[in-house]
Amino acid sequence: MADSIEKVSIVISKGSLEGVYPGLIMGNGARMEGIEANLFFTFFGLDVIRKNRIDKIKVGTVGNPGMHMPTWIGAIPGMSWLATKMMSRQMDKIDIPPVREFIEMIGDSGGKLYACQATVDMYGLSMDDFVPQVEKVLTVGEFYELSAGGEIIFT
Amino acid sequence: MTTVTLAGTPVEVDDEGFLQKPEQWTREMGEEMARSAGIEKLTERHWQVIDFMRKTYLDTGAAPSMRALGKTSGVAIKELYELFPKGPAKLAAKIGGIPKPRGCV
Repeated sequence: MADSIEKVSIVISKGSLEGVYPGLIMGNGARMEGIEANLFFTFFGLDVIRKNRIDKIKVGTVGNPGMHMPTWIGAIPGMSWLATKMMSRQMDKIDIPPVREFIEMIGDSGGKLYACQATVDMYGLSMDDFVPQVEKVLTVGEFYELSAGGEIIFT
Repeated sequence: MTTVTLAGTPVEVDDEGFLQKPEQWTREMGEEMARSAGIEKLTERHWQVIDFMRKTYLDTGAAPSMRALGKTSGVAIKELYELFPKGPAKLAAKIGGIPKPRGCV
C-alpha cells in the first residue's frame, strides 16, 4: 500500500455545533481507520468537553452566511434553538450522534481528549469541570510533543 | 480490481483487499484475512461482529455505521476496538467478505 497516515492531532477551536462536528467526525473517522487520534480542545471549543456545556452546543445563526438567512432573522429569539434541533435531527438520520454520545464514542474507541492550558487558565477551570473522557490539560508545547510524527489538523 | 487466492480459491478483491463478490466468501477465507490483518485467532466475539456486519450488508445493501455496530451488534464500541484494533467496521467487513463500508461515522 502507498503512504498511510498513522496519527492525527485535531484542534477544535470553535464552540458552535457546525464548528465542532467536523473535528469530531475526523477524529472518530481516524479511529475507524485504525489511525491514532488526539483531540485538543481550545478556546470556545472547550465547551465540547465541559460537563455543563456539552449538551448546550448550538448552531450559530447570526453572522453565519452558510445559514442563508438574513442576520436579523437569525437573531430572533429561539432561532438558534430551532436550527440546532433541525440540524441534530438530520444528523441523527445519517447516524451522526449528539455531541455527548460522540465524545463517549471517541473515548471508547481509544481516541485521546485534551484541554488547552491557556483556555483553562483563562476561564479558571479544573479537571473537575470536564467530562471523564478528558485525559489531561496540555500546554501548546506538550501538544506539539504529543503530535510529533503525525498530522495536525486545525478546525 | 485484482484476483487473489484465499483459502485455495481465486477471488476478486479491490486495492485494499476487500472482496467484491460477497458470495465468493467462506469462513476459511475470513480466517486467512484475519491472520494477515494481525488477528491470530478469531474468537466467538469476533465472529459475532463479523456475522452481524455481513448479515446487515446482505440484508440492506450497506454495512452498518460504527454507531449502529456499537449499539446493535451486541458488542460495545470499547470491546469492538479491542477485538479489531485497526478499525472494527473496516476489518470486520474485510474479514466478512463484504465491500469496504462507505459511512463516515
